[in-house]
Amino acid sequence: MSKFKKDGKKGLPAVSTSSLPDIVFMLLFFFMVTTVMREVDLKIKLNTPEATEIEKLENKALVSYIYIGEPMETKRYGTSARIQLNDAFAEVSDVGPHIEEKRSEVNEAEIPLLTTSLKVDSETEMGIVTDVKQELRKVQALKLSYSTRERLND
Amino acid sequence: MFTVLANANDQLLVEGELLDVSELRDAAKEFIANPANKEDLPEKKQEEVPYFGTVMVSKQVISLQNDKGTSYDLYIQVQNELAAAYNELRNELALNEFGVSYDYLVENGVKDKVKAIRKIYPQRISEAEPKDVGR
Repeated sequence: MSKFKKDGKKGLPAVSTSSLPDIVFMLLFFFMVTTVMREVDLKIKLNTPEATEIEKLENKALVSYIYIGEPMETKRYGTSARIQLNDAFAEVSDVGPHIEEKRSEVNEAEIPLLTTSLKVDSETEMGIVTDVKQELRKVQALKLSYSTRERLND
Repeated sequence: MFTVLANANDQLLVEGELLDVSELRDAAKEFIANPANKEDLPEKKQEEVPYFGTVMVSKQVISLQNDKGTSYDLYIQVQNELAAAYNELRNELALNEFGVSYDYLVENGVKDKVKAIRKIYPQRISEAEPKDVGR
């Protein structure tokens, strides 16, 4: 009779799971760090015109975007051009409040630097674009940028 | 006054003549600079500009009018060509006077020289209210 009795067959020890949380957290942090927040979900077809005389917009935090184009779901929304602000369709009259909202978000000193970027589909007719521009003029948002792609063959 | 009209069929009428977008740049350049001092092009005014001394500055204005049915694409092409016309003229001037391109001056923040060039070729594009015909 021995004090240190061996319990016969032991079998394979189970895989240690103590580091599983570490791995899970590592993956979680990895994705948290690398994910980029999407700006907006486009609800319109956006195929901006091409141009050569272009400049980059400098401070993206001071830019408010207005999207204009034909809705993607034409069966539901029809084919006439619509305005999109943030994530939803909007009317011309909503443009002013949209700009005011942006103004309230930034420092007072930065308000004159605010730029409005028009991202407009090339097949849009000027009528709606002009209406939006008139509306922008009413709220004194006079710094405008027209978003285009760079023309490569030239 | 240099009038550019764009109609709903995306045709351009420049100073009463039907033009293609590709011809607009040269037409605009000739109008802005008026190198031959033609009578029918904008008159010039003597002005004191730093670096250049007393020069003749043209009193040019470009007027742009669209139709409500004009496509946005054409509008951008027209704006692009007009911007290109100004940029090319400013560039030529900068190369002649300072030996570097206008873009170089802008990028390196040589504000006085940029201002002087802008004074000689100020970008004056006026957009008229759109017409609503041909829809």
